[in-house]
Amino acid sequence: MTRLKEHLSHLSHLFLPLSVLVLLIIINLIKGADYFSITMVNGAFYGNIPNILFGASELVILTIGMTLVSAASQGQDISIGEIATITSAVFVLFVLNAGQVTLLTIIAGFLISCVAGLVVGAFNGILVSGFKVQPMVATLILFLGGRSIAFMIDGKLSPILANNISNQIGTVIPGVPIQTPIILTVVFIVIIAVVLKTTNLRLYVESVGINPSAARLNGINPKKIIFLTFLIMGVCAAVAGFIAVNKAGRHDSVNLLKLIMMDAILAVAIGGNSLGGGKFSMSGSIIGAYTIEMLNRTLLRLEVEPEAIKAFKAVFIIILMVIASPVVRVFAGKVLDKAKTIVAGNSLPKTGGLNNAVVSSTDTSGKKEK
Amino acid sequence: MGSLNTTKPKKRLSNSNLLFIIAGIIFILMYGFALISFPDSFMQFQTFFDLFNLNAALIIMTLGLCVVMIVGGIDISIGAVCGLVTMACAMLLQSTMGNIWGALLLSLGIGIAFGLLHGYLIAYLEIQPFIITLSGLFLAQGLLTILHKDPINVTMPAFVSLRDFTIVIPWLGTQNRLGVFIPCEIKPGVIIVVALVVLFAALMKWSRFGRNVYAVGGNNQSARMLGINVKKTIFFSYVICGLTAGIAGFVFIMTTGAGNIGNGSLFEMKAIASNVIGGILLNGGVGNLLGAPIGTLTLLIINELIRAAGVQSNSQAIVSGLLLYLFIVMQSIVMSLRGRRNFRLALPSWLQGKKKAENQG
Repeated sequence: MTRLKEHLSHLSHLFLPLSVLVLLIIINLIKGADYFSITMVNGAFYGNIPNILFGASELVILTIGMTLVSAASQGQDISIGEIATITSAVFVLFVLNAGQVTLLTIIAGFLISCVAGLVVGAFNGILVSGFKVQPMVATLILFLGGRSIAFMIDGKLSPILANNISNQIGTVIPGVPIQTPIILTVVFIVIIAVVLKTTNLRLYVESVGINPSAARLNGINPKKIIFLTFLIMGVCAAVAGFIAVNKAGRHDSVNLLKLIMMDAILAVAIGGNSLGGGKFSMSGSIIGAYTIEMLNRTLLRLEVEPEAIKAFKAVFIIILMVIASPVVRVFAGKVLDKAKTIVAGNSLPKTGGLNNAVVSSTDTSGKKEK
Repeated sequence: MGSLNTTKPKKRLSNSNLLFIIAGIIFILMYGFALISFPDSFMQFQTFFDLFNLNAALIIMTLGLCVVMIVGGIDISIGAVCGLVTMACAMLLQSTMGNIWGALLLSLGIGIAFGLLHGYLIAYLEIQPFIITLSGLFLAQGLLTILHKDPINVTMPAFVSLRDFTIVIPWLGTQNRLGVFIPCEIKPGVIIVVALVVLFAALMKWSRFGRNVYAVGGNNQSARMLGINVKKTIFFSYVICGLTAGIAGFVFIMTTGAGNIGNGSLFEMKAIASNVIGGILLNGGVGNLLGAPIGTLTLLIINELIRAAGVQSNSQAIVSGLLLYLFIVMQSIVMSLRGRRNFRLALPSWLQGKKKAENQG
């Protein structure tokens, strides 16, 4: 029993993202009971849930990187969409210049774009770790200039990726019923999970995020760890850019993954992570990313007018954050305690029982607050 | 007793002032460079005034953002709020009950409403400022598109006369090729800018609120222990930021005379960049308010220089990004050099003395 409780308390940080997810599912089910129905179209699964998994794939991958960056550097990278645009421009350039497109060229192009992601990530990482610039300011540079760099790499307006393999990567491989971006996302999540389980990355990142000086005194080099998270961010952005450009079939350097950093930061926050660094929950962030995609699609499904979608989203986020805020939580705890007291007082004999109950409950609540 | 005070302790330059001086030097260098490379255009006073005339809204916005940044928060909704204000004002002015004073009140009201919302949620419910102001940005953009999707050009006569109203300085100006003297012109928005800069500088320098803002931004906990009402200070800083966004929206429509969805978009990023150039750190507690307008002017001059130099349009963003990079790196190097010189281990005095003796011996 105690072990079960421990396990539950371990999962308590997932309370916020999961409750939001459940709320959205209930809203969707009220709108139409066929929400979960999945049909086969041309040998692939098709329905609301596969659509959400398909649509959120880039966001999930970027959110993974963003979680690490926020946890270690106590700030956010706002240039992720631009990094993804640059790396995918490199990928498209390589593939279009390769002549014959085979699986090998695609893989080579992907690896080269990952290297480009590392280089761009290192640019941000040096600024943040070496020069101690705040992450938001450091990444502001690429946010302002990144799309122009991608445009210059492209050389012309939105080159088109018209070949069979990228088409299959962006949609479905014949014979496999699940869309390829979903598979790639799952593979990426598994790799990250294995890395976090087997290496000390989580411990180091968390200790640097909680207190860099204390981490340094304990033999962890905060500069190296922050630099590493930015490198990982670069790779995440490269993978996301690869998926996005294959999905779209053409490289639009102006609109590719535009303003996605807002959604990624939001996903990190909805996942129950502090944006001020420290402990992080990767599963929470991933669920948060899927929640955001689901929210977007729910608003569309509820036939909210396109002009009003942003306002609705904002109101939803504000309500969510208010419910999750520490002050409201403490208040709710107090109200619960009072309710318990009243229930206990009613069940106990009237003579003096109420006072005892009140005293005991205030004692426990006092302890909890400490 | 008097003999003890003879050695006056050397007053150490505070971080805020150092960064402000750096920002000032950068500004002067940039303007000097502009004067040398493009003497024809930058020698004219009108060019200098035009920086203010055309970007009054941005400068006003940076002032409010500066207060929030010093208190240790951030507000990324200001650009969207500014856009919302312009559209709301344009719709009000175009309607039958249009009135300039009503539009002014409306813009102030929208700004304060957003400020109150942000301030309450961030200060009293302790939610992360980035998320709240991000949803504020979404809310303002959503309301803007709900209000009206197409650009509105205000044709109300009283407003048009206000839009075209300029203050002419007869004794300052240039002669054009034909020898006709053209006096300099200033828009009324510039006067609002100057008044607000003076007001805010005084507020941050001499008022109790301003000192509280620096204390809270420097260290939240110790400010609370000193008896400062931390929540109230944070709350009012966001209200002020919202208010300036509202004023900026009114100044924006006073300059351009039209409500449009694209108005004020990405101004928040420009404002953050200019505040950083002006020496205001995002961590809070450091920064001189006068750095905000100076940083904005530096950013604008960079853009003007790039435009004057005839750089291709898509590499303009890269060049301005590179210059921003240079400034940020320079600031950080200066700060770290300064930190290294004064680096001391936190040892008790008798241990330090011993160490010194060891070093000497």
